[in-house]
Amino acid sequence: MKSGSNLEKVLEGGHFAVTAEVGPPKGTSASVIQKKGDLLKSYCDAMNVTDNQTAIVRMSSLSGCVILKEMGLDPVMQMVVRDRNRIAIQSDILGAIALGIRNVLCLSGDSQRFGNHPTAKGVYDIDSIQLVQTLKTMRDEKKFLCGETISGEVPLFIGAVENPFADPFEYRVTRLAKKVKAGADFIQTQAVFDVRKFTQWMEIVRNQGLDKQVHILAGVIPIKSVGMARYMRDNVSGVSVPNEVVSRLEDAKNVKEEGVQITLEVIEQLKEIDGIHGIHIMAVAWEDIVPGIVERAGLLPRPIL
Amino acid sequence: MIVGRQKPFEEIWGMIKNFKKVLVFGCNTCVAICHAGGGKEAEILASMLRMKASQEGMAIEVKHAAIERHCEPEFFEPVMDDVRTFDGVLSLACGVGVNFLSERIGNIPVYPGINTEFYGAVPKAGIFTELCAGCGDCILHLTGGICPIARCAKSLMNGPCGGTNNGKCEISQDVDCAWYLILERMKKLNTIERLSEIKPPRDWSTGLYGGPRRIVLEHIVEPEVQEERNES
Repeated sequence: MKSGSNLEKVLEGGHFAVTAEVGPPKGTSASVIQKKGDLLKSYCDAMNVTDNQTAIVRMSSLSGCVILKEMGLDPVMQMVVRDRNRIAIQSDILGAIALGIRNVLCLSGDSQRFGNHPTAKGVYDIDSIQLVQTLKTMRDEKKFLCGETISGEVPLFIGAVENPFADPFEYRVTRLAKKVKAGADFIQTQAVFDVRKFTQWMEIVRNQGLDKQVHILAGVIPIKSVGMARYMRDNVSGVSVPNEVVSRLEDAKNVKEEGVQITLEVIEQLKEIDGIHGIHIMAVAWEDIVPGIVERAGLLPRPIL
Repeated sequence: MIVGRQKPFEEIWGMIKNFKKVLVFGCNTCVAICHAGGGKEAEILASMLRMKASQEGMAIEVKHAAIERHCEPEFFEPVMDDVRTFDGVLSLACGVGVNFLSERIGNIPVYPGINTEFYGAVPKAGIFTELCAGCGDCILHLTGGICPIARCAKSLMNGPCGGTNNGKCEISQDVDCAWYLILERMKKLNTIERLSEIKPPRDWSTGLYGGPRRIVLEHIVEPEVQEERNES
């Protein structure tokens, strides 16, 4: 075991993993995190706490993770390279480990231009692949980037993301391979709506043997409304929502139920794809739908390891 | 070249309105090409400031002048005595020029009339694009001649982020994704396989983050110092 986290045990044990996203509040209340933790605890193996997602200031991922950890849950600390240089990153990792965090997901982060402080200076001292590599060096060699020694153990389960739907398509597998080579233990993908394209991507992934070197969790987003579907189709870079999904929601009597139905169908197909080791549910501002989805997808009970 | 853009007129007026005698001082190299701060722009701006002063009923004498370059001392020498007769200078040179003149002029304030924007090229008349960040450690041989430091919104070193959208950057449909361009170019150059190598974290100390930079060419400086010594 590299970290001994629940997520690592589930994946290494060959179980089909379920993770969910916990968005921290735009405020100081620990109970927001606690309520989401309570709601999701029997329905997933680990919970990602986002790191100022879409560049909007929220409670830090590290604090959210500590609150979940105190509840006996397994948090995944998301870390973007937008807001921290290599000094702050390594320091936060030491602190996170000291506080019991074991899973870290490495991302570039949405540009600060989108957020609620669009005039901020983006840091981008290292990129997300270099972040993965940094964490691997810290864990396996017990060394900082500068080569100096870290005291104590550095148990980490290192995650990265990949977006099979961003272009250029043919490079997306190369980029995944780079993340694996850099040291990623697990991958969470961008939300899958276009299963056909995702299947093609996975075929190339398998041809390169990458599915044997890393645990790939496919992302899913339950869509709550027609407006949300259109917005994601038209405005969110790197998300591919087929027109068919939008029109199904448009025609539905009960839009939310249709959204759940679409999610369940996607999960069903994802389960059948060779090399997919789990799903990551991103129910942004709709966390209370997650238990129902996990249950109806036949993914209960979650393994206790 | 260095690309600049004239500051909003009201901001400029706010800087100079309390002077009695102001020089609008253009530079005829880079900032003239981008129509921001050459002799012609200095002349137009000076006349706009005179009109504004007369509208406001204020007695301000506004003159204009321009020299070839504001970044080497010899270009200043012929005009410096004149320049020192003003009680304020509105420089239309880039930031380099404003700093350089401030160091030489004595106790006369020099204010910036343009915002210095970037190192860029002129793909078409009236269009200027940023192509270099002056980072002090060029990697263009590794990226098909297209700079990810200057042209990727995140200065990524290892390929495009998840936000590229039909070859455009996630920050705007008007901005090309630099990594998309790099991949397309390296495909054509048959060097694409080089991109599977992981590039390590950069040494940013070669750029602005390492503090102000200075280059000393010993073989040029030394003989001059020697000459000065011999003379004295």
